Amino acid sequence: MHTLKTQNSKLKTQNSLGDPFLVIEDVSKIYPTPDGPATVLEGVNLTVYEGEFVCLIGHSGCGKSTLLNMVAGFGTPTTGEVRLQTRRITKPGPDRMMVFQNYSLLPWMSAFDNVYLGIDSVYPNKSKSEKKAIARSHLNLVGLTESADKKPSQLSGGMKQRVAIARALAIQPQVLILDEPFGALDAITREELQEELLKIWREHQVTVLMITHDIDEALFLADRVVMMTNGPAAHIGDVLEIPFPRPREREHIMEDPTYYELRNYALEFLFSRFAHP
Amino acid sequence: MTARTARRPKSNKLPKFLTTFLQDKLAIIAPPLIAIAVFMVIWQLLCPPGSKGLPGPLQVLGETWDPYIIYPLFDNGGTDKGLGLQIFASLQRVGIGFSLASLAGIGLGILIGTNKVIYRALDPLFQVLRTIPPLAWLPISLAAFQQSNPSAIFVIFITSIWPIIINTTVGVQQIPQDYRNVAKVLRLSRQKYFLKILIPAAVPYIFTGLRIGIGLSWLAIIAAEMLVGGVGIGFFIWDAYNNSLLSQIILALVYVGVVGFLLDRIVSFAASKVVAEEQK
Repeated sequence: MHTLKTQNSKLKTQNSLGDPFLVIEDVSKIYPTPDGPATVLEGVNLTVYEGEFVCLIGHSGCGKSTLLNMVAGFGTPTTGEVRLQTRRITKPGPDRMMVFQNYSLLPWMSAFDNVYLGIDSVYPNKSKSEKKAIARSHLNLVGLTESADKKPSQLSGGMKQRVAIARALAIQPQVLILDEPFGALDAITREELQEELLKIWREHQVTVLMITHDIDEALFLADRVVMMTNGPAAHIGDVLEIPFPRPREREHIMEDPTYYELRNYALEFLFSRFAHP
Repeated sequence: MTARTARRPKSNKLPKFLTTFLQDKLAIIAPPLIAIAVFMVIWQLLCPPGSKGLPGPLQVLGETWDPYIIYPLFDNGGTDKGLGLQIFASLQRVGIGFSLASLAGIGLGILIGTNKVIYRALDPLFQVLRTIPPLAWLPISLAAFQQSNPSAIFVIFITSIWPIIINTTVGVQQIPQDYRNVAKVLRLSRQKYFLKILIPAAVPYIFTGLRIGIGLSWLAIIAAEMLVGGVGIGFFIWDAYNNSLLSQIILALVYVGVVGFLLDRIVSFAASKVVAEEQK
């Protein structure tokens, strides 16, 4: 397995996970503005392997969301391309399901119907009872069996995000994209959901790409932490390999001196080398 | 204070929840009743019996008691009908005109809201058309239909359609980007997007438009009926004015106000039943 090395160059040679799954190649994004073109991202290269859990961290406005949006297909790169298993990504699709920070549940539908809507759309050939069973089993997976008939307004923030995760997983995406999913939650709920997300990730063998602001969250969850430089023209500054064995336990990790080495390295990157402008 | 609480169990036999319920209701009902009573007294003092000009409230009651107040459904043929029937005739016109305006307005609003080119093409036109006062439509309406009843219905239609179109358009345009993104990722069919996202998201706005529309309809029908004649509360008022029956006019105004209030309440009640709690 991997030894603890934090250098990007060494990582690539050590990776033994097989064929590239999701490839971001020479991607740049330039928005036209009244004051001339504004380069948000420039020369972004990242290869993600199947089943990997990758976290993106960086200061706000550095283009993390722009990058994820291109993976999701909401935007297209100005130059370069994003490929999923050799297919070029040009538009959104159920193979790359997104979980949004603000949950994006439809407020007029119950938790069950929110999950069912996606299943119904993605599996038109399945019978109604099969689709209902899928919705129920995914609500069960996130521990919301009893709240299935509640509307989003009757659910807490953490429960809403569970519904959003259930909705995303129910359509069996190849890549799960999470844009600061736990940013709006309190610390305790956040930790609970992180653990559940890890459990689900292990069981579903899904590839996860997640934006976070929280270094501890990234270190606990990810196989690799991708650190972005500041914009304009942001790119990937460094990639941290997180060597802790899985299944991970928060207490064990926190006792490991490596944890603080990595943490300090990331902090140094974010707050000294690329301090917020 | 102590004396009062000590006396209470003996003198008051009603269960406690009932007395508190009545007290709550009284606190809501009493102030408007008092306000009305004060208004009536001032009106009566300003218009004493025998004075020229407007009749006082007692005089209005006396002159309209038989037949207008106690027989709202009498029918002597022609336009000589009870106020209930007159109101009913007006409501029928409003019902037809407003229903047509709702169908056309919601349909057009969705079309305009979902299509930028159509929005750019039609919105300036609608912004101008909506400022035209209802009665200004009546002459061309009469010229086009050659009949009074369809003309009055058309005036209702054209008056109430603009707020419905404009609010529906806004409702469709303001659908949060998140919901659209969800629809895109899930590749919802057009039909599913329409039924599961577009309509529920726009419904609160549609109802705002309907509520403004029904209010304008009721304003317009009175004026239109005054001009086109026939059975209806508008012409009843005009007819009474021509015969100097001021008491009848005042009574009719009370009816018009109460019906307008009820129409507004019916639409907002319907909205409260349809619109999800989270969207209010």
